[in-house]
Amino acid sequence: MRVDGKGLIDRTKPVRFRFDGRDYAGYKGDTLASALLANDVRLVGRSFKYHRPRGVLTAGSEEPNALVEVVGPSNKTPNVRATVQEVFEGLVTQSQNRLGSLRFDLLAVNDYLSPFLSAGFYYKTFMWPRAFWEGLYEPLIRRAAGLGSLSGRHDEGVYEKAFAFCDVLVIGSGPAGLMAALTAGRAGADVILCEESHALGGRLLSDGGTIGGLPAGDWVAQVVAELEALPNVRIMARTTVTGAYDHGTYGALERVGLHKPARPNLPRECFWRIVAKHAVLASGALERPVAFENNDRPGIMMASAVRTYLNRYGVVPGRRVTLFANTDQARGVARDLMAAGVTVAAIVDPRPDASSVEDCPVHVGAEVIGSRGRLGLSGIQVRKGSEIIEIETDCLAMSGGWNPTLHLTCHMNGRPRWSEELAAFVPMEGAVPGLVAVGAANGSFSTHGALVTGHAAALKAVEALGRKVSVAVPEAEDMPYRIKALWAVEGTGRAWLDFANDVTTKDVKLAAQEGFRSVEHMKRYTTQGMAPDQGKNSNVAALAVLADATGRGIPETGTTTFRPPYVPVSIAAMGAGGRAEGFAPQRFLTSDQASRDRGAPMIEAGLWYRPSYFPKPGETTWREACDREVMMVRQAVGVTDVSTLGKIDIQGRDAGRFLDFVYTNTFSTLPVGRVRYGLMLREDGHVLDDGTSARLGEDHYLMTTTTAAAGLVMRHLDFVHQAFCADWQVRFISVTEAWAQFAVAGPKARELVQSFLETPVELPFMGEAPVRIGGVDGRLFRISFSGEEGYEIAVPTRYGEALFRDLVARAETMGGGPYGMEALNVLRIEKGFITHAEIHGRVTAHDIGMEKMVSAKKDCIGKAAATRPGMWGPEREQLVGLKANAPISAGAHLFVPGTEVHRETDQGYVTSVCWSPTVGAWLGLAFLKDGRARHGEKIRLVDHLRGLDVICEVTNPVFHDPEGEKLRA
Amino acid sequence: MPELIAKSALDGRSMNVGGVTLAEVQVGPITSIAVLPGGTKAVAKGLRPLGLSMPEPNSFHERKGARIVWTGREQAFLIGVDCPALEGAAVTDQSDGWTVLALSGPAAVDVLARLVPTDLRLGACPVGRALRTGVNHMNAVILRTGDYAFEIMVFRSMARTAWHELETATHMVAARAGVKI
Amino acid sequence: MRLTCPLCGERDRREFYYYGAEDYLHRPGEGASLAEWDSYLHLRDNVAGVVRDLWYHEAGCAQWLVVTRNTVTHEISGVELVAERAK
Repeated sequence: MRVDGKGLIDRTKPVRFRFDGRDYAGYKGDTLASALLANDVRLVGRSFKYHRPRGVLTAGSEEPNALVEVVGPSNKTPNVRATVQEVFEGLVTQSQNRLGSLRFDLLAVNDYLSPFLSAGFYYKTFMWPRAFWEGLYEPLIRRAAGLGSLSGRHDEGVYEKAFAFCDVLVIGSGPAGLMAALTAGRAGADVILCEESHALGGRLLSDGGTIGGLPAGDWVAQVVAELEALPNVRIMARTTVTGAYDHGTYGALERVGLHKPARPNLPRECFWRIVAKHAVLASGALERPVAFENNDRPGIMMASAVRTYLNRYGVVPGRRVTLFANTDQARGVARDLMAAGVTVAAIVDPRPDASSVEDCPVHVGAEVIGSRGRLGLSGIQVRKGSEIIEIETDCLAMSGGWNPTLHLTCHMNGRPRWSEELAAFVPMEGAVPGLVAVGAANGSFSTHGALVTGHAAALKAVEALGRKVSVAVPEAEDMPYRIKALWAVEGTGRAWLDFANDVTTKDVKLAAQEGFRSVEHMKRYTTQGMAPDQGKNSNVAALAVLADATGRGIPETGTTTFRPPYVPVSIAAMGAGGRAEGFAPQRFLTSDQASRDRGAPMIEAGLWYRPSYFPKPGETTWREACDREVMMVRQAVGVTDVSTLGKIDIQGRDAGRFLDFVYTNTFSTLPVGRVRYGLMLREDGHVLDDGTSARLGEDHYLMTTTTAAAGLVMRHLDFVHQAFCADWQVRFISVTEAWAQFAVAGPKARELVQSFLETPVELPFMGEAPVRIGGVDGRLFRISFSGEEGYEIAVPTRYGEALFRDLVARAETMGGGPYGMEALNVLRIEKGFITHAEIHGRVTAHDIGMEKMVSAKKDCIGKAAATRPGMWGPEREQLVGLKANAPISAGAHLFVPGTEVHRETDQGYVTSVCWSPTVGAWLGLAFLKDGRARHGEKIRLVDHLRGLDVICEVTNPVFHDPEGEKLRA
Repeated sequence: MPELIAKSALDGRSMNVGGVTLAEVQVGPITSIAVLPGGTKAVAKGLRPLGLSMPEPNSFHERKGARIVWTGREQAFLIGVDCPALEGAAVTDQSDGWTVLALSGPAAVDVLARLVPTDLRLGACPVGRALRTGVNHMNAVILRTGDYAFEIMVFRSMARTAWHELETATHMVAARAGVKI
Repeated sequence: MRLTCPLCGERDRREFYYYGAEDYLHRPGEGASLAEWDSYLHLRDNVAGVVRDLWYHEAGCAQWLVVTRNTVTHEISGVELVAERAK
């Protein structure tokens, strides 16, 4: 019900929204919860396990009951807290976790089964028979588990991530936070002020009072206006700081567009990483419920929430309200209600010495022991001594005191300290370096205490920053906090602790009885604190009940640890920008468009996109194109883009010496203008990479790496250089991006190459020379990855596309053309050349038959480890070729024909396969135990995954031109 | 003889959204100068005719259209002029390895805050700063060329991704500007 | 987590690559025994307390760093350049 003249909602801006198929009216500034309560909608959800009818309990992000689904045009968001979601024109919401309608939820039968569904039900029930685990129990549990449901589609909403930096991060904008922000802001420090709600002011907006003679609301407005005008202060509303991380890093979730209809490019949420030199935690406190029988009916709410709905939203959740509270502070709720003309049926105060002077009936030394009303509260029973009093009421405002919102102080392993005086945990000082808790978050529950501590913490931060400021702290209420702890009212029925997960005091006692006496065990056994609210409403009370059941005090019982995030964070927000194109950079070749123009499907090779094959009219499968391209290279000439290979320019007097150190073989003796194949090991003796390096000048080399390991090799070279030879005369830099490089291979390669050089050059095999092409300086290398006579021609990247198109056109006049990755792979397998399919990280030089490349004359990285026992010898799996007449597969394993196929008899595995149009057989490269001694043997290839079982011939890995005559032609 | 036409990665693309301008710019030659041990003096001498010297870490300076940018320990990029003959340094042409994007406008810093994990507040990153850092998953060199202006150098092959990321962030920042608390 | 690169200044952890213990810097000389190599390559203490580890400023200046860090408190008490460390 709406109350006239109250609230901060904008009554000039009515808003229509939908809940469970019905349209309702609210105002701008309403949350879904306040708007539903204004429409007298009390039943908003069903509980997790027993499907009990539930209503709004709180007015904040800690809400355990009022979780709903928000339905958007292209997505559905489950478990949205109605107390956080703001209403807007066209908002569509629905209740969740029900079978049938919200009023007649068929799963409410669980409530009658509750004697069987107590703590540990799953552990006890679904034990046997074992055969039922997957077939019956799991589907059953899965169907019952979970709250809201997803749309099943991709979330196409826009999400954002961002970084921010500041001197002082202020978390929370109640009196403590505002005072801290004002102090730091006036001092000129860079301040970020985060407020979870859409409006600044915290409890001041709900509780009223005066500050410095001004009504609290006016003081808030005045401070906020000043902060907004300060260029060094950034106010972030709708932003919850979710975690405290190392070295001043904080995570924060901003609800950017969730309170608006979806708009193009407007993020729904933004996940911030805020780095702050100092942080002031002014997150306030959370009021705690009291456990009594049937304390979970719609209409039973937190007292502070009732006050918030009244003063911030102009809503009263009932016509006859009762207050059940154990502090003087909570009396303000009743007074505000009465002042607004709402009937307060009674105040029930368990403290025997509490004041009974109010404008309504007051029962001191009394407790609420039960409630009634099927889908909403209609009355309560109160016990006062031996007397039982029935009270007609449709809203019970309850308060068991306050728990400081100290969660962030626990994120780096800080353990809170128990305060007997406050009957609450308070933060451990210094638990998060640079973060100071103030105000209610630190147990200073009065407005005065909040202002003073907020000011002091900010002043300290300001001074540490080397700044000065003088800000007067205004006068404010300083009421002492007098509490008598009341966790649970004695009774026989079910009294809820964790509303969200349906954990009652009975469950906690049962856990203790069954030996789960540690708070961590109790939590996991009962699932208390494991719901979306993460125990914000129930942790302290649950452990108090546990302490009682185990006969220990609360400090001895301890508390579970709070971990980030403080509120649920959608995966979409945390991973913002990381989907689809944002997952990883895409690297494009200069020939990219030319390849696509020819219809080449592009495949990913690392981050690069490379043409798979170049289809011709009439070809229906990739194999046809691939076979043609292979034969084209073998018989005429082919062109392919090899710019993806890593290229590292190495210079200096010690460049050769450096290469000798990182390669197993020797480069310092390489003549200028020549190229040599090099093998690089990791220090542990395994192969890191291979490639060719050219000597461009006396003190100048150009190393190439494989595409896959380009970054790895750079990191490795940096390490070796900086760690072991920083004083050498050597410097290197990647030039991968600076050059476009194309391979030209085949019997007609020479003819093609000569046709475009300004001055023809005759290069020997493994030769290199500077060349000029159409007025551009380039480089020519005679190297081959195909087994045919081959060249690689490099030009500055800007000319890459033009040169590629030209090369392809020329090749086509000679019966050749472009070839793709598939053909390139077949060509290299036929020639027995390895890639990272073979040098996959567990392979030694010996395994690939290159042990002779490890020079005996010098030290190199990996040399010592390569000689260790087990790194060489016949027990190793060695590189071999496989030849078969039926399809074979990479990943298959090898067995001696006639032996059983299992792990112990495994002889090796296959790394690369292809159909070879040149040889007319299926070829493979494989690692086989003592393989080099077994050429000619028959071996059985088994691939369970693909259903292959093929007898192959073990061969030399080089199938094509083993003498290398074509290369050197 | 082939006719080799030079092409930049993004064909000089540019856009303006919500007061933020993003454009591929041509900066001329880029030369890496890596000082060899003992080469400091010789390099200083070689750069003198340009009126430039090796920059301090995280900075760049300019003179008559030439710019020298710190890019690492004992390393800098000379941009906009041909590199003179230098003793005492490894000199490597990097002209074609990088794409340079100019980002400007009052909200440019907000756009970068979506992608760059580094403090770009004017106090922490004044004009004349050169940062080696990341733009989302890409390595980059970011130059603070004005209070509201940056130049961002990324590997040429990743230019399209860099453009896409910056464009997306620019659109999101612009869309936010339309939403008030 | 933040690391202060001696060259680039304070940066977010995502710019860095973690390698392992500082031990990798103490490469046995030629002729060292296999046991020394085994120790160099594979044997590491798992310390709860102060460790010295190698990190690489991969998205930054490409320098290798020795980072002194407390694995219990997460405090970082020193960052040195590998290339310029006192030998």
